[in-house]
Amino acid sequence: MIASLGLILLCQLLGEILVRGFGWPIPGPVVGLVVLLILLQGRDRIGLLRHGPLGNGGVESAASGMLAHLSLLFVPAGVGVVQQLDLISEHGVAIFVILVISVAITLLVTVAAFIITSRLLARWRSAP
Amino acid sequence: MNSGATAGPFSLWVYLSQNPLLWLTVTLLVYAAADAVSAATKRNPLANPVLHSVWVIGLILLLTGTPYPEYFNGAQFVHFVLGPATVALAVPLYENRKVVLSAILPMAVAVLAGGITAIVSIIVLAQIAGLPQGVVLALAPKSVTAGVAMGISESLGANPSITAIAVILTGITGAVVVTPLMNLFRITDFRARGFAAGLAAHGIGTARAFQVDTVAGVFAGVGMSLNALLTSLIVPVLVTLLAR
Repeated sequence: MIASLGLILLCQLLGEILVRGFGWPIPGPVVGLVVLLILLQGRDRIGLLRHGPLGNGGVESAASGMLAHLSLLFVPAGVGVVQQLDLISEHGVAIFVILVISVAITLLVTVAAFIITSRLLARWRSAP
Repeated sequence: MNSGATAGPFSLWVYLSQNPLLWLTVTLLVYAAADAVSAATKRNPLANPVLHSVWVIGLILLLTGTPYPEYFNGAQFVHFVLGPATVALAVPLYENRKVVLSAILPMAVAVLAGGITAIVSIIVLAQIAGLPQGVVLALAPKSVTAGVAMGISESLGANPSITAIAVILTGITGAVVVTPLMNLFRITDFRARGFAAGLAAHGIGTARAFQVDTVAGVFAGVGMSLNALLTSLIVPVLVTLLAR
């Protein structure tokens, strides 16, 4: 458990070092995600990686424990809205309306792109 | 202030308000209560535990006259876990790699089309609505999970707490509208429906997709992770093109 948490933190630390070191414009934890994904993939090929937290499901259970309560982690930042009450009273309605429109457009564009591509692929595969 | 009887409660309050324990406890207990209500209403999207925890804690802070930095002094221990939780998203992505690889091309096209639409639509709409530049920047990453969105927002020099609110509102909106919207357009492919829910409405959309269909849930998780990667790469570019 401790080693698994340590490994997750280590991936994030590597991510932060890479992002800061090279001046990449992406968040460190996202690079950490890629690092952990590479480690998990590498485990299937390199026996040495199959020890410690990457062996017998350690990192998997630590990750699912953390992701099970993902919503809780949003709360402290969300409460920061108390510092933005002026902004909310001035622009709150406009922000809400444009968020709803943007979400609906995004859902439809995504689903259309997915379905059109998979139909084109199916047609291409079944073509003589 | 020489009498212990009158100084007692006040000095206790001074001690508690400057100690991380009080606000960390409040955060966990309010969330636990909000989560219990959400479970009791069978995860109705309108009973979203984040939404209700935020206003309840916000109200407590206003009533006790507690400044936000004092609250955050305690709540930062919860906030810190956002980073490791983002790293942890690698695990569901890895566990579903076969499903992911089987639909890799439709997902690649959909994440590009949807991810760009999510950012461009909100920037353009925010400019049409005449919102201040700082707000436009803070709204840009609203479709990705909070940890990533707030990181992006910080690197743009925008206010991460506006981003957090926008992320939560986006998630709740997506979870509420996705099923009626997809039924209206007669979309029956649950891979596509789930992928769109995760991409547009991150973790809250993913949780909703799992309630509707397991395949939709898996694709939502993948959509959320892929969009977190894509958005952090392209938001700086799109912001430079559209909003600077």
